[in-house]
Amino acid sequence: MTPNLYRAKHSFILYKVITFTPSDSRGLGLKNRLNINLAGLELGNPTMLASGILGYSAETFETIVEGGAGAIVTKSIGVKPRKGYANPTVVQTNCGLINAMGLPNPGIAEFVKEIREAKAVLKVPLIVSVYGYSVEEYASVAGKAVAVGADAVELNVSCPHVKETGSEIGQNPQVLAEVVRKVKSTVKKPVIVKLSPNVTSIADVAEAAVKAGADALTAVNTVKAMAIDSETALPILTNKFGGLSGPAVKPIALRCVYDTYDRVKVPIIGCGGITSWQDAAEFLLAGASAIQVGTAIATKGPSIFKNITRGLNAYLEKKGFESVNEIVGLSHRK
Amino acid sequence: MKTFTFEDKQCAKAKPGQFLMLWIPSVDEIPLSIASAEKNGKVSVAVRKVGEATAALHRMKTGDTIGVRGPFGNSFTIKKGKVLIVGGGTGIAPLLFLAKKLPKTSKLTFIIGAKTKEELLYIDELEKLCKNEKLVAATEDGSHGTKCLATAPLKSLLEGEKFDLIYTCGPELMMLKVLDLAEKYDVALEASLERLMRCAIGLCGSCIIGKYRVCRDGPIFTKQQLREAKADFGAAKRDFDGRKISLG
Repeated sequence: MTPNLYRAKHSFILYKVITFTPSDSRGLGLKNRLNINLAGLELGNPTMLASGILGYSAETFETIVEGGAGAIVTKSIGVKPRKGYANPTVVQTNCGLINAMGLPNPGIAEFVKEIREAKAVLKVPLIVSVYGYSVEEYASVAGKAVAVGADAVELNVSCPHVKETGSEIGQNPQVLAEVVRKVKSTVKKPVIVKLSPNVTSIADVAEAAVKAGADALTAVNTVKAMAIDSETALPILTNKFGGLSGPAVKPIALRCVYDTYDRVKVPIIGCGGITSWQDAAEFLLAGASAIQVGTAIATKGPSIFKNITRGLNAYLEKKGFESVNEIVGLSHRK
Repeated sequence: MKTFTFEDKQCAKAKPGQFLMLWIPSVDEIPLSIASAEKNGKVSVAVRKVGEATAALHRMKTGDTIGVRGPFGNSFTIKKGKVLIVGGGTGIAPLLFLAKKLPKTSKLTFIIGAKTKEELLYIDELEKLCKNEKLVAATEDGSHGTKCLATAPLKSLLEGEKFDLIYTCGPELMMLKVLDLAEKYDVALEASLERLMRCAIGLCGSCIIGKYRVCRDGPIFTKQQLREAKADFGAAKRDFDGRKISLG
């Protein structure tokens, strides 16, 4: 039952009468317009925390959920712990961040504790990001994550700054396909593949991932970039190059989503420089069914998720849409 | 222990308690509490040689180049009234900055503790600043002031007088004792914490304690916040790989 909205005019005063359904705890139809089913995952709204942001502990996940996120993607986890690179690992630019963290993570053996703890309290889907140096490693980590409760896995085949994993896997369609197939045969939960924008044809990579069994795609990871300091004549990042994120990459990520939508039929999760509901709407119109936010949390805080969902809801209402699903891919002309 | 001074317009606007990220080119980038920030643009940090990065910094000479970004974090609340400052080791640096910014009407008592006399940071400046106020020095080896930990004179003071606020910065185990005393004697507390840092802007999760980000929600935390994070405060921190390790 949808809430009824009556508008009555009496001289210069506009009255609004709204009836709530018993299940509509958030009121004003927010839940009804925005909830989605993405590859089997039920989300109350189409926003997610992007991987790499505050992704280590169940306690910080809760803060993000309180801020309104519809799902959480964890930090990328591998078989063994990684310390990551020495600082500087982050460079602040006027249009975004360049990071070369180096995939610091506690390893899956340790991280299963956080997954269990998170699953005990989180009311939204928990998606564990996975990386590996081989097909077997991806499958092993994914299997362990799902065994302790992960609702889905997101394969990191797109990190641009660690050798022999990440985008080095994702840029090779044959290896990528092997990884996806092996993970799909290991877990019974949705397998999302996170694509790299640092490829010649993202649609080709997307197609390869989907043919191998990917249930959804995240477009995109960071753009390979670097910073040089003119005073010392040195690259600033210890790893020299890293991944650019934030407002600068939005137009790039948007084009990636658009092209991917043209080629594949699985849901796409848009990611890259989203800081407002308008940005989110643009990604949905480009073909995304949901979006992720990462870098913008630095300036707008965890409540950015609530702001985006509020804005999206008002937009849908104004445009006369009953559900966010109706605007997915709307910008594509027939 | 060395004090490094440089010019930076943005960090010169820092408030007591804030920190910056200092880039030692080709070596590392480390978080350092701001020890002083002046209108003329001069900023200083106090650095103890504890590892590779600080050793490299210590080898630098006047005129060498470093990189800086900041200031980051929140700051101490400037309180009028009867305040107690408890500093240990390099924690004394941001507290000196704080003491200089407190209104003249505040009644200030300053307790400083260190392992040896050499490590009693800025003792001369503090003696000048606290000439009418109380300055209590404590060293573990007895080379200056009383031979004890900083928390011993703290307990006596709290037993005898009512204070409005305690500010503290130093080894976390010391601050844990200060928290216990602040709870026992029901005094408000602001403690400056430190953790491993990478982004310094609240995104990467490297510096978390409980649900708090030391770089963004801190580094200054209140009694209530420290209580919420009590599983970690004084007990555990995250290592470079995100694993929890014991503090000692």
